[in-house]
Amino acid sequence: MRALLLRQLTKTYKNGIQALKGIDLEVDRGDFFALLGPNGAGKTTAIGIVTSLVTKTSGVVEVFGHDLDRELEVAKSCIGVVPQEVNFNQFETVQTIVVNQAGFYGIPRRIAKQRAEVYLKQLQLWDRRRSIARSLSGGMKRRLMIARALMHQPELLILDEPTAGVDIEVRRSMWEFLRMINGEGTTIILTTHYLEEAENLCRNVAIIDGGRIIERDSMVNVLRKLQAETFVLNLREARTAVPRLEGFRAELADAHTLEVEVSRGQSLNRVFAQLSEQGIEIDSMRNKVNRLEELFVRLVDSSGRAGAGEAVA
Amino acid sequence: MSAPAGRAAARWIGFRTTLIREFGRIVRIWGQTLLPPAVTSTLYFVIFGSLIGRRVGQVGGHDYMQFIAPGLIMMSVIQNSYGNVVSSFFGAKFGKYLEELLVAPLPNWLIVLGYALGGVTRGFMVGTVVTIVSLFFTRLGVLHPVLILSAAFLTSFVFALGGFVNAMLAKNFDQISWFPTFILTPLTYLGGVFYSIRMLPAWALDASHANPILYMVSAFRYGFLGTSDVDLRLAYAIMVFAAVAMFSLAVVLMNRGVGIRD
Repeated sequence: MRALLLRQLTKTYKNGIQALKGIDLEVDRGDFFALLGPNGAGKTTAIGIVTSLVTKTSGVVEVFGHDLDRELEVAKSCIGVVPQEVNFNQFETVQTIVVNQAGFYGIPRRIAKQRAEVYLKQLQLWDRRRSIARSLSGGMKRRLMIARALMHQPELLILDEPTAGVDIEVRRSMWEFLRMINGEGTTIILTTHYLEEAENLCRNVAIIDGGRIIERDSMVNVLRKLQAETFVLNLREARTAVPRLEGFRAELADAHTLEVEVSRGQSLNRVFAQLSEQGIEIDSMRNKVNRLEELFVRLVDSSGRAGAGEAVA
Repeated sequence: MSAPAGRAAARWIGFRTTLIREFGRIVRIWGQTLLPPAVTSTLYFVIFGSLIGRRVGQVGGHDYMQFIAPGLIMMSVIQNSYGNVVSSFFGAKFGKYLEELLVAPLPNWLIVLGYALGGVTRGFMVGTVVTIVSLFFTRLGVLHPVLILSAAFLTSFVFALGGFVNAMLAKNFDQISWFPTFILTPLTYLGGVFYSIRMLPAWALDASHANPILYMVSAFRYGFLGTSDVDLRLAYAIMVFAAVAMFSLAVVLMNRGVGIRD
């Protein structure tokens, strides 16, 4: 069964902006799915419709087979949502926020308190359970929203930019936590601007731009579509001229940094062999940008060009 | 969730949670919710009751202080039921934590009911506070407790829903103060809180009958004093009609997502 199914989903706002132009999307049960796109692409609108915060213009939304138009309450009970912006009462305590949210989903108070202990401990918030929410740090507020979303143990967890603005340590611990609950069977849909995050966590991906899905595949297949990668080589000794690298485009970013573009099908060994022949030693190497980011930029650029052509036509 | 019994239980827990949250808010900010009515009602009793009231003499066969006490209690109930919901709901909308309820599997009518009864709760809490204050100034007999409670409940429910509708339609903080300032307060002051409409000239007496608050205050006062400026059956008909109409309006606005859903 599909965790989420969108069919020809459209949304036109009152001001005439067409945020979604007929989206089709399927997310399997148990998947860890990335929904990516530039700002204003339609990600948050799509999530808003699925979570009933935005009214769709047309189309079908099903959550675990429950149609949002016909079985709204059942569909809602399957979803937990972590929004982009903080949306809890900042004057309530941490524990009150999560226990009340469980209550809104029909969880008895006694059970809600037990779950609050479990999730607040897992997200390192138990010691702050009596704190007023506004006193929490940005990272803690994000974790509180995750704990709150899990209180009714949803089968589908939707996270809209969950790690925006949090430091690397917190982000990594949140990744571990999300991997764990996905491992326990919760389907996760994630939007993020940190493409490294999507590449690390997600098995499948859709890229949305201009209100349309422009790519939908497994993460592995999507990354395979990358035609070229740029590698940054740190040279042991300073150079003033670019080394000869037959068959590759290369340039010096500075005296110790060489950037080499390697197309799909080319071997990195040839780069190393040619550098070695010239007596150039390499200390370390890395991708210039995250691979998914490189692909994302190219896809969105080409989608934008196609869209521009369409508008002119 | 899919079984009807399970769904009913879940709804009940959800509804109870909205009430618990509203009650928690009233108690948490008691300095804004419960204390001011005690202070202002004390001032009313001192100024209008003790100082001016002595010169007024009797109204409708009762001491002026006895006459205005039910009116002042009802005025506090109206203002606080309204104020509770308008500030709580608009605060939730403005602070975006209304989304906690909108994403939950609760039907809209239950959300409306939860907020409205939260307003009724504050109305009754404040009504109790003002009643206690009034006992320091006058004797207040209870002739018809059922009438007192039912009139207070219906009035409180109507104005709590008024606050709900105002909060839904309001786009900024200014707009939540327009209705109380320009409509609610004048209607309350002109609704027979401080005087019997029989003291008014004919045209003003006729005009007063178009004021729904007159019927609410009069029915409530009848429960204490046994005298009323209006027909009680008409008063109850107006209160029940207003409660049903306001509840329906609030639910329709919620279903349409006016001011809360894009």
